[in-house]
Amino acid sequence: MSGTTDTTTGGRPGVPSWLLAPAALGAAFVLLPLVAVVARVDWTDFGSLVTSEASRAALSLSLRTSLVSTLLCLLLGVPMAVVLARLRFPGQGVLRALVLLPLVLPPVVGGIALLYTFGRRGLLGETLEVLGVQVAFSTAAVVLAQTFVSLPFLVVSLEGSLRSGSERYEVVAATLGAGPTTVFRRVTLPLVLPGLFSGTVLAFARALGEFGATVTFAGSLQGTTRTLPLEIYLRRESDVDAAVALSLVLVVVAVVVIGVARPGRAAS
Amino acid sequence: MGTRPVLPALALGLALAAVGCGGAGGDEDGTTLTVYAAASLTDTFEQVADRFEAEHDGVEVELALGGSSELAAQLVEGAPADVFASADTPTMDRVVDAGLTAGDPQPFASNTLQVAVPPGNPAGIGSLDDLGADGVRVVVCAPEVPCGAAARRVAEAAGVSLSPVSEEQKVTDVLAKVTTGEADAGLVYVTDVVAAGDAVDGIEVPEAAEVVNVYPVATLADSDDPDLARAFVDLLLGPTGQRVLADAGFAPAPVP
Repeated sequence: MSGTTDTTTGGRPGVPSWLLAPAALGAAFVLLPLVAVVARVDWTDFGSLVTSEASRAALSLSLRTSLVSTLLCLLLGVPMAVVLARLRFPGQGVLRALVLLPLVLPPVVGGIALLYTFGRRGLLGETLEVLGVQVAFSTAAVVLAQTFVSLPFLVVSLEGSLRSGSERYEVVAATLGAGPTTVFRRVTLPLVLPGLFSGTVLAFARALGEFGATVTFAGSLQGTTRTLPLEIYLRRESDVDAAVALSLVLVVVAVVVIGVARPGRAAS
Repeated sequence: MGTRPVLPALALGLALAAVGCGGAGGDEDGTTLTVYAAASLTDTFEQVADRFEAEHDGVEVELALGGSSELAAQLVEGAPADVFASADTPTMDRVVDAGLTAGDPQPFASNTLQVAVPPGNPAGIGSLDDLGADGVRVVVCAPEVPCGAAARRVAEAAGVSLSPVSEEQKVTDVLAKVTTGEADAGLVYVTDVVAAGDAVDGIEVPEAAEVVNVYPVATLADSDDPDLARAFVDLLLGPTGQRVLADAGFAPAPVP
């Protein structure tokens, strides 16, 4: 057929040649801005810009909160994914859609929703206040915001893995007399480990990049709530070189995260 | 390769054209005057722009509103505009230093800070000293932006050391933290308290009077229509503009 490159190797169908140009354009569209960031970096002061006290405080806060958020995502997300993938109950479709909502919701809307839940005058905030727990303006608020936006990433990845094939092994294990917990521990988990791993890394990356919900819900204070994305946004006002240098740090972290997560994806 | 490569290219072209049309709307049957103005000028500049459009047939005023520092950065990076109004002099100086202004900037209004508290003042704030008390949740702007620099100077003038629970990027974010009741108090401009209406109470603090933010305005050198840009600034400096500003709580610009 005209318009098709015949590069069939090992029985794989070729890619239509007219797809190549837009694909290259798309790749350039994604990569060019990253090149532009690298080109704008002020290398002579790069070291001092990324190791300033404010930068270190922001990076350390970002890493700590993202780790805790990822842990929370695992604790809550794994059971959610298993329930959604393995049980059948009325309203399941609606529930899944709602649970995945933060995936498509603008983060700033998530922030407002969290504010009216955990804020001082929020749904749970007043009770928490009576108990002496203050969420607003605390590092806990950052973790809540990050967990809220990252959780669906883990649930989606893991649910996808759970649906793609391990069920018949579970059935076999069950017929051989294994209880639900044994099946989950010895059969399900090992089979979905790659999906669980890439989902965890994705959730961590999403938490690390969280901005909108944090700035709306948690505020911005050095060492307490001002994570790296917030620090970058603030630096832009006064010190563009520092903002660019810190942006590069996040780009590098993102590249590392994708590099780590890819093998998991390929295996699943 | 047949005619197929045209399709994605066409789609992309159409998408870009659609976006382009949205941005340049109004260009066809008249002139567009682009005014960059500080976020705290939102309400007043919308009114002044309406008056200006009423006085000048076929002219449309396009307002770009945002943090002064952010707008200045955009102008320095080459954003096309006719007029720039900043919330403080240092920010205007950045645009002047880049050689982008036509003529000297002129002060057209001034603003001072006030303490904003949620309605009813639940934390019982009465003075700047109260903001330094233990357990009071105070929100201010970050020192990097004009309202934060002013807040820092006010606190210094009062000899109060503030330990804010959050340092926000924009004065409107500070106000939001107060209107939602998350913060017990916030330092914002008098005009923000006026604009917020019943959503907050304003508490005057004498020390704030010593720290006055002067708002300068300038026409820009690469304006397509310098006369029209000048006319907008004249309207702002004249009785019409000054009345709108006074109604919003702005004080007149200091006499040089």
